[in-house]
Amino acid sequence: MVEVCILTGFGINADYESKYAFELGGADIVTRVHVNDLINRKDDLENYNILMFPGGFAFADDLGSGRVLANKFRYNLREDLTKFINADKLIFGVCNGFQVLVKMGVLPALEGLKFQQEVSLIGNASGLFEGRWVQLKPMNSPCIWTKDYKHNLEVPVRHGEGQFVVKDKKVLEKLWEKELIPFVYDPDESPNNPNGSINGIAAVCDETGHIFGMMPHPECHLSKYQHPKWTRRKIPAENGLKLFKNAVEYIRKKQI
Amino acid sequence: MPVHRIEVGISTNDNIKNAIIIDLGIPNIKKVKIINVYTIVGDLNQEELEFLGKEVLSDQIVEDFTINKPFSKKINGTIVEVGFKPGVTDNVGRTAKQAIKDALQKEVDEVYSSKQYLFYGISKKVAESITHDLIANKLIERWQIVEGISHQGFEAYIPKVIINKVPIVDEFDLSGSDENLQEISKVHVLALNLEEMKAIRDYFSENKDEREKIGLSINPTDVEMECLAQTWSEHCKHKIFNALIEYKEGNEIETIDSVFKTYIKGATDEINSDYLVSVFKDNAGVIKFNDDYTIAMKVETHNSPTALDPYGGALTGIVGCNRDPAGTGKGFKLIFNTNIFCFASPFYDGKIPPRLFHPRRVFKGVHKGVIDGGNQSGIPTVNGSLYFDKRYLGKPLVFVGTGGIAPAIINNKPTHEKQPKPGDLVVMSGGKIGADGIHGATFSSLEINENSPATAVQIGSPFTQKKLLDFLLEARDKDLFNAITDNGAGGISSSVGEMGEEIGVRLDLEKAPLKYPGLMPWEILISEAQERMTIAVPENNIDAFFALSKKHDVESTIIGEFNNSKQFQLYYNNKIAGIISMEFLHNGVPQKKMKGIWNHPTISDPQFDCPEDLTKTLKRMLGRLNICSKESILRQYDHEVQGGSIVKPFTGIENDGPSDAAVIRPLFDSWEGIGVSHGMCPRYSDIDTYAMVANAIDEAVRNVVCVGTNPDYLAGLDNFCWAMGFSKEDEEKYVGDLVRANKALYDITTNYKLPCISGKDSMKNDYRIGDFSVSVPPTMLFSVIGKLPDIRKAVTMDVKNEGDLVYILGITKNELGSTEYLDELNLKGIKVPQVEPKSAIERYRLLYKAIQQGLVLSCHDCSDGGLGVALAESAFAGGFGLEIDLSLIPCDEYLRDDIILFSESASRLILTITPKNKGVFEIMMEGSEFANIGVVKGTNLKITGNDGNIIIDALIAELKKSWQTTLKPIYGGK
Repeated sequence: MVEVCILTGFGINADYESKYAFELGGADIVTRVHVNDLINRKDDLENYNILMFPGGFAFADDLGSGRVLANKFRYNLREDLTKFINADKLIFGVCNGFQVLVKMGVLPALEGLKFQQEVSLIGNASGLFEGRWVQLKPMNSPCIWTKDYKHNLEVPVRHGEGQFVVKDKKVLEKLWEKELIPFVYDPDESPNNPNGSINGIAAVCDETGHIFGMMPHPECHLSKYQHPKWTRRKIPAENGLKLFKNAVEYIRKKQI
Repeated sequence: MPVHRIEVGISTNDNIKNAIIIDLGIPNIKKVKIINVYTIVGDLNQEELEFLGKEVLSDQIVEDFTINKPFSKKINGTIVEVGFKPGVTDNVGRTAKQAIKDALQKEVDEVYSSKQYLFYGISKKVAESITHDLIANKLIERWQIVEGISHQGFEAYIPKVIINKVPIVDEFDLSGSDENLQEISKVHVLALNLEEMKAIRDYFSENKDEREKIGLSINPTDVEMECLAQTWSEHCKHKIFNALIEYKEGNEIETIDSVFKTYIKGATDEINSDYLVSVFKDNAGVIKFNDDYTIAMKVETHNSPTALDPYGGALTGIVGCNRDPAGTGKGFKLIFNTNIFCFASPFYDGKIPPRLFHPRRVFKGVHKGVIDGGNQSGIPTVNGSLYFDKRYLGKPLVFVGTGGIAPAIINNKPTHEKQPKPGDLVVMSGGKIGADGIHGATFSSLEINENSPATAVQIGSPFTQKKLLDFLLEARDKDLFNAITDNGAGGISSSVGEMGEEIGVRLDLEKAPLKYPGLMPWEILISEAQERMTIAVPENNIDAFFALSKKHDVESTIIGEFNNSKQFQLYYNNKIAGIISMEFLHNGVPQKKMKGIWNHPTISDPQFDCPEDLTKTLKRMLGRLNICSKESILRQYDHEVQGGSIVKPFTGIENDGPSDAAVIRPLFDSWEGIGVSHGMCPRYSDIDTYAMVANAIDEAVRNVVCVGTNPDYLAGLDNFCWAMGFSKEDEEKYVGDLVRANKALYDITTNYKLPCISGKDSMKNDYRIGDFSVSVPPTMLFSVIGKLPDIRKAVTMDVKNEGDLVYILGITKNELGSTEYLDELNLKGIKVPQVEPKSAIERYRLLYKAIQQGLVLSCHDCSDGGLGVALAESAFAGGFGLEIDLSLIPCDEYLRDDIILFSESASRLILTITPKNKGVFEIMMEGSEFANIGVVKGTNLKITGNDGNIIIDALIAELKKSWQTTLKPIYGGK
């Protein structure tokens, strides 16, 4: 059984379409779980194989996007999350969810899982919220989620704080060296890099490839009818569904 | 209690710098940096403060912080710190307080947020004006300014509300003269006229004996008086739309008993479409989507508060409108927002009258408000527009719409129905009550002292509301309550009074949770503090309801009980504070009597020559404020959250062509869709409000049918924003305009069989201070939702392939009156476009049939700027040129080239088809006016005039550039 926990509450708002993405991807049970139900022990991460932090505006981005929800996990659910990660289960964060993972220190976790922030996602270089479609170029990486992406993935970005920054050059070098950057905004396509991210980094995974976060929204490109040019009848080779399928299949194979 | 300041920095902000240079014209600003300041009241040791600075309040990767000492060193320039005034909602402070609790597992007393701006290269005097004109709003904010060279840090400032009043219930003595009654209404901002004041006096004298038995006198209490004033307000009772009007047009006189009942509801009743579910009785109108689901929609206006505080006003407007579908029936899940703004030009360079902001500041503030309101709530903004006219300088118009979806039946009960039962508890969920928005937005700032709450303006919190609505949807699905409604205008007075209308209710005002002590009972009753809903919960569900409320981190409080009294019973500390019969409260307001006059305008048509270079004219037209691309503005909205976006605001080969309408797919397991559009033509009011309304409705309909919506499955929403002027003559003219407008609404909607399901009016959009006065042009926004049986058949406006044939549907006439073209030439004409509804709706039905057959590859409506603009837009959106022959355009008489190009005749569309479908398409369209006018070809828009010469020849890239350039500077773009 592949059981997925989609977090909800506190301003998370892409939970329904994320749930649908996993259902379409073949998961057996997909449940929207309120963060408070985990904190108050009404539910347990142990019950799930995949955990998703969907997009949204947790705590309205006050004090910096993702920070307050990240701290809620760090100070209330650190042990549960550690257990979950150490059991080789899968975690996915999109947009605000990616920001949460980064600010929690779960991504990229270059020095192992220490819950210490190493990189950040800050205000877009334009200073404005950007809502547009971008082209993601797949890169070599251990990420199990992005396996078999041969062509660019077109997906929308919808964020005000998506600029990927690092503490120092060493962090950036390690990210490249360990191939922890599954997607970059394709520099050869227009419009590219929507937020000024360093090296056009759009997504990051940990060394196991199990934990994965990205700014754009793959759950909004599951069908050709969601693509902005579908009426022009030129449908791109890739969409976001493969990410969810990859994760579900990975868990299923492990269970056999 | 100790007070600490943590300062977190530092970021450079080029947007503010650009705004200072461009908007304020101050070129010598070198840079702007921002420091976030948290003032924490609470017992915290140094270690805890360090921990908070590092782990909670700053981003270690890019920021640093200081504790109880200034972050910034002395600088060459000026430093300004801006914080809220007492009582103004401080969302960041509230989040910080909760974050501190999560991290330390201990509560602090209060956290207040403020921002420090470092203006490099700016003197103190200039910094004062930057602060006042750009950064802060004195109604809600306060600031300290120091010269950077002598900066030693700011003193901590605590904007705590202190009210030194003991709450009491007072009485109103209504026994005086007529003048006396009017004076009471004025002094207490009741906005009741003499007749209404007398009706209230009579009611209380008639009930004298019964009142005395329970300890009340012949005089109404302040609680009763304020309750009546709110319930009977123009805002809640729509007294002008329900007035008895003596209407004179030429020599004809007729009496109209309520334009609303006669024309709007009258038309809907007559049309009586089978997909109507709940119209004109709940917070939003409801139609059937399919057998299992219904959809609701509401469009609101929020004009006056926005004039006072553009950001807070617009934000509160959109989140307030969200609560309407959320509080309709048992509650709808919100699936889309729309927004339409009317401003004066952002490039206005005249004087700004007192108490107004520059239109560009209004624009940016409103824009930021709806960006935050929509994006943070997780609701996609799918449709909208911007309209500019200098007469919106005094009052900007802010229209915000929200749609929702709900299962038709939950637990065997129809979701669109609600009715509290006697014994149900009155529960208020969401935010606490403060003095926010008491008496709406009144200019009472003069009386505000340092520690009194700023009541004029409210600031919404989409985050608080998101938690609230998540909670209520789950409670709805668990069938935990019998009724729900939102707290908007009139607060709990209005929401509880309405819910209890059929049965009766007791309210215990002291039980309502307050932001700070000292509020009078009547203030608690009518406060418009945000993010609150009122719910009728049966007693045996109350534990489950509160448990769910706690899970969602939402505050809920029992504040009363429904009963069988047929009365609104108001108590404070168990003592009676007022009793009003539901019958009098809801039906006691005397009908207003008004006069309206309409005369045919007397201007004549202008004489002018056809411009020699029409390519140049077309480019100028494309760059006009009301035609140009709004992409740089609209890209800041989230169009796609929830995953249902099928036709997006921008479309075409480079995703930048202007879509006519939105299409969303609200259910993951069905291909059925919703089309959303709007129409608005305020300038036509200069000639005739009949044409203004007729064209607005037609524009909304042709927009939505362009994308493939079924013209026989539409619902409309009317939003009237009117003026009443400054004299009796003004009023009679505007009332006459209103009658004309509503006659058009009736005529067009009945012909289109397009029922209205909900609406809203805002009747007094006038401004006068000193010798400057301005009124908005009578404006009606018409929004439309409709159904697409299959979104896979939707059509976009961009041409698709070289060689496709271009068609026009409809007839072009000499109708230049009040068009964008005449305005471009600084002329006025009388021949305003007229709608011929019978032929128009037939045309739309045929078009729909062709779209359903898959024959139509692109379709775009001709509106502002006429055919010329529509052709250019379809071409550059699709990335192909067009070759068009004007002599092939169906016209009702011989027309000059420029008239064909820029006339705004109604009900016209251009579309493309593949050549092999020519025969079948033309047979299908038989009986309607149409013509094949050209072909998709090359990279130029090439138009041949009547005499066979080429009159327009331009690269589509150039046309696109003309169209895209105008608004780019608003956010510093080029």
